[in-house]
Amino acid sequence: MTASRLAAPLGSRVDRSQRLEFQFNGRRFSGFAGDTLASALLANGVQLVGRSFKLHRPRGIFSCGVEEPTGLVDLSTGATRTPNMRSTLVELYDGLVAASVNCWPSVGFDVGAINSRMAALLPAGFYYKTFKWPNWQLFEPAIRRMAGLGTVSGEPDPDRYEEVAAQADVLVAGGGIAGLSAAVAAAEAGADTLLLASGPTLGGALAWRAGPRVAELIVRAERCGVRHMTRTLAFGIYDHNLVCAREVLHPPAGRAGAGGALRERLWKIRARAVIAATGAFERPVIFPNNDRPGVMLAGAADKYAHAFGVACGQRVVIAANSDSAYQVAASLRGAGVQVVAVVDRRPRADIGAEAAQVHTLVNAGIATVGGAKAVRHCSVFSIDTDVRPERLECDLILSAGGHAPAVHLHSQAGGKLRWLEESAMFVPDGAAPGVWSTGACAGIFTPDTAVNHAAELGTALALGRAVPAAAVGGAGRSLAITHIPGVAGKQFIDLQNDVSTGDIGLAAQENYRSVEHLKRYTTTGMGTDQGKTSNVNALVLMGEFTGREPADVGTTKFRPPFAPVTLGLFAGRRVGALYRPLKHLPAHEWHEAQGALFEQFGNWIRPAAYPRSGESLESAAQREAAAVRKTAGLLDGSPLGKLEIFGPDAAHFLDLMYVGTMSNLNPGQARYGLLLNENGIVVDDGIVARLGPQHYWVNTTSAGIERTAAAFEEWLQCEYTGLRVLVTPVTSRWGNVTVAGPRAWDWLASVGFDSALAPSSMKHMTLRESALDGMALRVLRASFSGELGYEINVPVDRVTGLIERLWERAPQFAAVLYGIEALEIMRTEKGFIHVGTDTDGTTLPQDIGFARAIERKAANFVGRRSLLRPAARDPGRFQLVALSPVDRRTLLPVGAQIAAAAPPTQTEGHVTSSYWSPELGAPVALGLLARGTQRLGEKIRVHHLGKVIDAEVVKAPFIDPTGERLHG
Amino acid sequence: MMQIPCIHCGPRDESEFTCGGTSHMARPGLDESDRNWGEYLFFRDNPKGLHLERWRHAQGCGQWFNLARNTVTHEILSVYAITDPPP
Repeated sequence: MTASRLAAPLGSRVDRSQRLEFQFNGRRFSGFAGDTLASALLANGVQLVGRSFKLHRPRGIFSCGVEEPTGLVDLSTGATRTPNMRSTLVELYDGLVAASVNCWPSVGFDVGAINSRMAALLPAGFYYKTFKWPNWQLFEPAIRRMAGLGTVSGEPDPDRYEEVAAQADVLVAGGGIAGLSAAVAAAEAGADTLLLASGPTLGGALAWRAGPRVAELIVRAERCGVRHMTRTLAFGIYDHNLVCAREVLHPPAGRAGAGGALRERLWKIRARAVIAATGAFERPVIFPNNDRPGVMLAGAADKYAHAFGVACGQRVVIAANSDSAYQVAASLRGAGVQVVAVVDRRPRADIGAEAAQVHTLVNAGIATVGGAKAVRHCSVFSIDTDVRPERLECDLILSAGGHAPAVHLHSQAGGKLRWLEESAMFVPDGAAPGVWSTGACAGIFTPDTAVNHAAELGTALALGRAVPAAAVGGAGRSLAITHIPGVAGKQFIDLQNDVSTGDIGLAAQENYRSVEHLKRYTTTGMGTDQGKTSNVNALVLMGEFTGREPADVGTTKFRPPFAPVTLGLFAGRRVGALYRPLKHLPAHEWHEAQGALFEQFGNWIRPAAYPRSGESLESAAQREAAAVRKTAGLLDGSPLGKLEIFGPDAAHFLDLMYVGTMSNLNPGQARYGLLLNENGIVVDDGIVARLGPQHYWVNTTSAGIERTAAAFEEWLQCEYTGLRVLVTPVTSRWGNVTVAGPRAWDWLASVGFDSALAPSSMKHMTLRESALDGMALRVLRASFSGELGYEINVPVDRVTGLIERLWERAPQFAAVLYGIEALEIMRTEKGFIHVGTDTDGTTLPQDIGFARAIERKAANFVGRRSLLRPAARDPGRFQLVALSPVDRRTLLPVGAQIAAAAPPTQTEGHVTSSYWSPELGAPVALGLLARGTQRLGEKIRVHHLGKVIDAEVVKAPFIDPTGERLHG
Repeated sequence: MMQIPCIHCGPRDESEFTCGGTSHMARPGLDESDRNWGEYLFFRDNPKGLHLERWRHAQGCGQWFNLARNTVTHEILSVYAITDPPP
């Protein structure tokens, strides 16, 4: 444990007067306000943080930011436990609790580490090649338990998430010095400018280095009205310059350890122009055992020293491929850290004069790293073979392989990249549509040049002028070469996914040469870090193995999100009851008071039945159906779909829409109609009534109203554009109270309904506009139950009043309330279909008894042409039939297949609706059966879970075949 | 998510709209052959580049309109009334 705090002024980000307590793997530690969990762990000398994904190798903290591959923790406990949080981004708070990932029983002694002993047996593709017999699924669960990272809580997330929409003329992603400069310039030129900074403060990764200039820019930003947000990461850019960003609230608002707090906000920002100023990542150097805790990126150690006042080690060796190693060496020495040596792969001639300041070994690489859970020493070999390997005592090895611009926004937006050979990096090749890069992410590494370019870019985009080209450069020279051939020990390319140089070699050997194949075969670039420190090395190495330049190998496609985003963020408030809000009946409370058992039907919550004490849903429905047939019952039918159709061409339009003819209805008359789609399939049904010469009342199914209204609109607006028709959905305006049963009229008359509505003067399938004490009514005499029935349409605000008024008189007629279940029993007894239950996506109108209606109609209607296809006229089609079990006792299960032999065999059809009929004291059922209409009286076999039920095709309806009850 | 300029309401997020597919499809009559009727029902071009399509501002004014879109870049080249001829 060799890390320690450095004395002020080092540690500009932390406030040493505010001590924060936290726990890691059950041990208590303390840090300072301004620390990240990573900096606090390092300050406490904790180097071993977790175990790796596949091989369970010990891993530590590797970086200082979003690119972190290994320093992952499960944060918090219980329901708020969040897996795989990057400790480098977790801001320390008092009481924080975190734990290591992928280790058992502890990170120090991990049983799964046996995998690392067997590493030679676990190359890329090993699992897929080995566990393929008898099938992968058999082995997958055990392998998944062994592999992987953190674990989710398994409990519902108690925290809240919000979604906010915003707009800007210029959106700047990145709060570093380049982003600030661009934002200030854009705002000073008059643009509405929004600046997103992923960190807790403006200034970015290098704020500690560029202090006074950042401070000055922040003052200017305030003055010119730059809107800015911190802890807000632009993680994706989508079509038409929609930038999505995640704002993390720290600490979660309203929470001190407990749940239920506002945790994150999703910002959806539409910007005229986007400026990407997202910086760059350091590219590691590859050498054997380069994954040990105590090996980290050079720039990260530099930042830990200056910004957090943490020395990650006391004796430092820097493995270098790049000029940046010497800047870090000087910077660390300035912080009082001993730099033992820089081990540079490059020849002396390629290295600048700054190398003179430090002990430098050129043409050299690290051959071994001593120590398993921490670095003890390393040995250095020289490419000049006559030089003996040198052993260096050290406790920290830094990796300085050059940089990789963070080009994700540019690439996501479709921008191209080019390979910059001298610095071994991909940089944007021109701008992407709507997105302009500046600063390090554009390949501009000289601070002054970056600030100037950003300012010019901000001004140009604000004023709509030509944008300046990026002056790429300043990153210094670095070498693309990525590994040391011919030495012992695993050399890791992707630390998070345990992908070594050998795995890349194997992929090349097996011809997975495309980067996309390489990624999927070896898993390099997957996981929470998506290869931010590994992608470039992987493709350079693939190039080496296959004799191609990095530019020819190319990069994998950049897809959002740039960094892991919680699922809660995308769900936002669309969870629980708000996931799919349900519609309530206007008289919902009244039904509740009557003891209704509510169930969900489509988007509605409505009474399934009204069970009395001791009654089940089924027994209540039986009682209700029996009572309606005997006396009378009341059903709240308010969800029934309702449309009003107006206009001189209304009648003609409805003829086009329906299988039935509606133009020859007289005012006051009603007719049942089927709606088809263009394929001829039955999609909805309902009753159409004529209110006047140019005015119709249209009922649809409760579930079908939205799509029917939309279909009518589409036909009117897009096809029959000359028709003068207005379609007005009125379901939410009119409630519906249905009263049915032999005593239905007596009941209505008792509360004062107009005698013109009596069955003697108002026929079945007619509609009358009426009134009751000044309450407008549209009363349709129709019946889905098969009894004398009135569907009373009434303004929604009067529904409860009307029901209460009727219910007062109910005892006099032994009337009941009935729910959907009783209605389903009665309509099945009558052989009435329920579209979507007794029909499916293949059902044509002739399959359900409408062949004659089609013949009678001369005019065209939607779907008619499809009814003329040979397949539509196939006599073997599935047709609707009534079914009855031979024993008159056994219910035919809905969905049960009909076939002569036991399955598996070709089906002849299936049962679609099935109930016990209280009226008959026997089961009733409907089904779709091949050649069904020609098979009346035939015996069939119904198969259900290995049992056979003998049944026969019977005549529908089961009750009242002559319609005496219906017509009264 | 695209931003679609509704001809009545102006630019709005794509999530407010539903797409009705290719525009300007001539709907065959009853006497058309089975093959042509099948082509009309089930076959559409899938062009790389310009595509004329119809959209409905379902969560807004409810109106259909036509839109010319590049299927590669999603650039919207023009919007025009549902009854207008192709631009």
